[in-house]
Amino acid sequence: MEKHLNLTLKIWRQKNAKAKGNFEAYKMTGISTDMSFLEMFDVLNERLVNDNIDPIAFDHDCREGICGACSMVINGRPHGPKNAITTCQLHMRSFNDGDTITVEPWRASPFPIIKDLVVDRSSFDRIMAAGGFVSTNTGSAQDANCTLISKEAADESLAAAACIGCGACVAACKNASAMLFVSAKVSQFALLPQGQPERKKRVLEMVAQMDTEGFGACTNTGACSAECPKEISLTHIARMNRDYLMAELC
Amino acid sequence: MTTSKLDSKIPEGSLEQKWSKYRSTVPLVNPSNKRSLEILIVGSGLAGASAAASLSELGYKVKVFCYQDSARRAHSIAAQGGINAAKNYQNDGDSTYRLFYDTIKGGDYRAREGNVYRLAEVSSSIIDQCVAQGVPFAREYGGLLSNRSFGGTQVQRTFYAAGQTGQQLLLGAYSSLQRQVGSGNVKMYARHEMLDVVNIDGVCRGIIARDLTTGKLERHFGHAVLLCTGGYGNAFYLSTNAMGCNATAIWKAHKKGALFGNPCFTQIHPTCIPVSGDHQSKLTLMSESLRNDGRIWVPKKHEDAKALQENRIKPNDIKEEDRDYYLERRYPAFGNLVPRDVASRAAKERCDAGFGVNKTGEAVFLDFAFNTIRYGTIEANKKGIHNPTEAQLIELGRGVIKEKYGNLFDMYQQITGVNPYEQPMMIYPAVHYTMGGLWVDYNLMTSVSGLYCLGEANFSDHGANRLGASALMQGLADGYFVIPYTIGAYLSKEIGTKPISLDHPAFVEAENAVKSNIDKLFAIKGTHSVDYFHKKLGLIMWNKCGMARNATHLKEAIVEIQELRKQFWSDLRVTGTADEFNAELEKAGRVADFFELGELMCMDALNRQESCGGHFREEYQTEEGEAMRDDENYKYVAAWEYFEGNKWEMHKEDLIYDNIKIAARSYK
Ligand SMILES: Cc1cc2nc3c(=O)[nH]c(=O)nc-3n(C[C@H](O)[C@H](O)[C@H](O)COP(=O)(O)OP(=O)(O)OC[C@H]3O[C@@H](n4cnc5c(N)ncnc54)[C@H](O)[C@@H]3O)c2cc1C
Ligand code: FES
Repeated sequence: MEKHLNLTLKIWRQKNAKAKGNFEAYKMTGISTDMSFLEMFDVLNERLVNDNIDPIAFDHDCREGICGACSMVINGRPHGPKNAITTCQLHMRSFNDGDTITVEPWRASPFPIIKDLVVDRSSFDRIMAAGGFVSTNTGSAQDANCTLISKEAADESLAAAACIGCGACVAACKNASAMLFVSAKVSQFALLPQGQPERKKRVLEMVAQMDTEGFGACTNTGACSAECPKEISLTHIARMNRDYLMAELC
Repeated sequence: MTTSKLDSKIPEGSLEQKWSKYRSTVPLVNPSNKRSLEILIVGSGLAGASAAASLSELGYKVKVFCYQDSARRAHSIAAQGGINAAKNYQNDGDSTYRLFYDTIKGGDYRAREGNVYRLAEVSSSIIDQCVAQGVPFAREYGGLLSNRSFGGTQVQRTFYAAGQTGQQLLLGAYSSLQRQVGSGNVKMYARHEMLDVVNIDGVCRGIIARDLTTGKLERHFGHAVLLCTGGYGNAFYLSTNAMGCNATAIWKAHKKGALFGNPCFTQIHPTCIPVSGDHQSKLTLMSESLRNDGRIWVPKKHEDAKALQENRIKPNDIKEEDRDYYLERRYPAFGNLVPRDVASRAAKERCDAGFGVNKTGEAVFLDFAFNTIRYGTIEANKKGIHNPTEAQLIELGRGVIKEKYGNLFDMYQQITGVNPYEQPMMIYPAVHYTMGGLWVDYNLMTSVSGLYCLGEANFSDHGANRLGASALMQGLADGYFVIPYTIGAYLSKEIGTKPISLDHPAFVEAENAVKSNIDKLFAIKGTHSVDYFHKKLGLIMWNKCGMARNATHLKEAIVEIQELRKQFWSDLRVTGTADEFNAELEKAGRVADFFELGELMCMDALNRQESCGGHFREEYQTEEGEAMRDDENYKYVAAWEYFEGNKWEMHKEDLIYDNIKIAARSYK
């Protein structure tokens, strides 16, 4: 049943990439538990506009957990207190009356802050451009059913391909490692026959780009997978490590 | 009469030969010339990304623009249910002709035969292409591709990847695009918004874009410009579209001469999560695929409906014989799988009659109980469990349902706080897709030379109603298999055109106009936010140009929109400045365009004095409440030409059916 909450928000404000940021506190009253977390931000921003204050900048688009745009660290956890959802899927019924909620951007040097809670994640696109594909030109494909793929392989590949590229894994990792993101793509293709011809080249090139972008090393703490809204499994990192080793050896 | 402005350029010859003959005879551009031809692509969804990858592979120089921070986030990512293709892998009688026929009929005979046949023809290659890219479609145990059914068809031709088909198709296209970015053939401009097109002597030669991070305005030259900017459902404020979906790109092009086709043709999707309160910022779709296994019903008795609305009873308290499975009752042949427009209107009809099931009275049930037991029984048989208990059947059945729709059920529970495995879902229709869009010919070129429009942004293939799983098909058909050929017809004549200097007066003038429009928005210094106006506009559109329309309401809506638009331009407040990241400014520009488009949508709806597909005029219905088309007077595409000061003139493109005998659309 719908209830109404009074809350205090402590939100990271930073005018631009160069400015020094700080937390600002905002009191919120009568927030419906049926609201989504971002709808609460809409309410706050409407108020700020009415008060002639610059509203809070944050990335969002689909608001249904699939585009990967939204990206807030809520009370110290990427995408907030609940598992397996994105910030936009978080609803206010997950909070209690009187709570203080701290909201920060993703913090990782390969994701520089643009403004407030908005960061630059173009490093992910560059990793994809380095090898996150099967090289096939339009028009050259054979009939789709000529390639038999077991249901298990297809399902496992889809579980890896479900990554939304939000960057929560990087934000969760104390080393700002992008291993979960990269391994999900490497794994998706490694599990399919279409991915075999470029399997070695792909892993080497994507990892090289990941290093160039300045992402940290993986020390197997598993925070990435624990915070991943799509619950991408650590087994993909293991698979990628194996592939990487094989590719380096031969 | 079709006016001379509207030459659809459908090739001569029989339906089956049009496209193959066209492809074999279209002029080609030789590889070395391609390298000096530049193409600007606005949009990185299925249409834009597939076009960009394919054109770049052919050797053209390509620039791609999108407003999100990455091409991968275009709203195609959110498509759930699937993509159609006439593969006939199920051996259930599918064929190119049948897909063509279903699409024309589904569109209520308001689409072009030639275009739709081509779409059906290339559908099969799309699946081949996506599989080659490594898209992990659902498979059967034997390793073959799996299919499901969608509304408006009686064959299983929908390919899918769980409930995230759009995501997987887009990531496939995005991968191919990134491959081209990596090789230096495509330059990507993410966080860029196109704010105008630049025409020189009636030919499109470039665009003005704003870098959304710095606020800087940029000029870009192209030998051709492709708008692949998606749908304009956000004119209604609440829709299943993403927050940023907008009409700005096509609207600016429209104001510079591109005709707008059938603006009022909007698809209202029957299965969305109902509105929960005033704070609502968007509506979430529950995929049409759920109607394969979910049965739609409301109570038969008013007292039961009232008790549900007041939360005094639970849905499961209502006995089987007191439930009205109204789609199965009204449309026995298609049942719960009638097309979207039919299902949406039927839900509205029941709710308007007082049978709605939630506190607002605007919701119906989508119930999986029956099929849970059915699947449970099949599983029990497979496992050799004799005399299973009901609890066992439910548990086994839920396993199957979870496998098929797990992510959708999770999404539903997140949003509503209700567990849909235990209680039926509540759903209500919501704005979802826009069949209207820029008018294009067979080549996908708008009425402005050199300016193309692909994907949801054009008006082309879905007539007055789109069938489920056909938008993904169309977006990828346009990008992978149509534009790479049709653009050659134009660019082969452009090889002599040198890049035009960005200091050309036309570029300077266009940039100045964009700048002054931005300054004007800041100068208002009023008292209300953009959202305040957008919500008000949305309500007018939904109440008067939504699921049911009539002349009185539409006339009122036009006046109300004009008045609200005046208020917008005198009382809007945009905070911040133009030379920084400024989401309020972005929204203000988009909503300003929705205000103009909204008026045109109402005008188009008023003009079309018939009911067809998603366009339902209350004055034109049968005694049973079914849509009444008027083929004699309205069998045409309405293509609107813009004149200064929000004035329009309509041109008609007559629709000619040589191959299909048009008939009343019946799903009974
Ligand atoms: C929730 C949902 C579920 C759906 N499910 C299905 C389904 O199961 N099957 C099916 O066939 N169809 C489905 N559809 C419809 C289908 O997804 C869309 O019609 C289709 O994906 C649109 O693709 P597009 O490439 O035309 O546009 P989009 O994917 O919307 O891409 C638009 C692009 O244009 C860019 N853009 C827009 N304006 C500007 C501007 N001014 N400047 C710069 N860039 C701009 C955006 O950044 C984006 O990159 C669904 C739609 C929704 C909303
Ligand atoms: S806004 Fe798209 S995932 Fe949250």
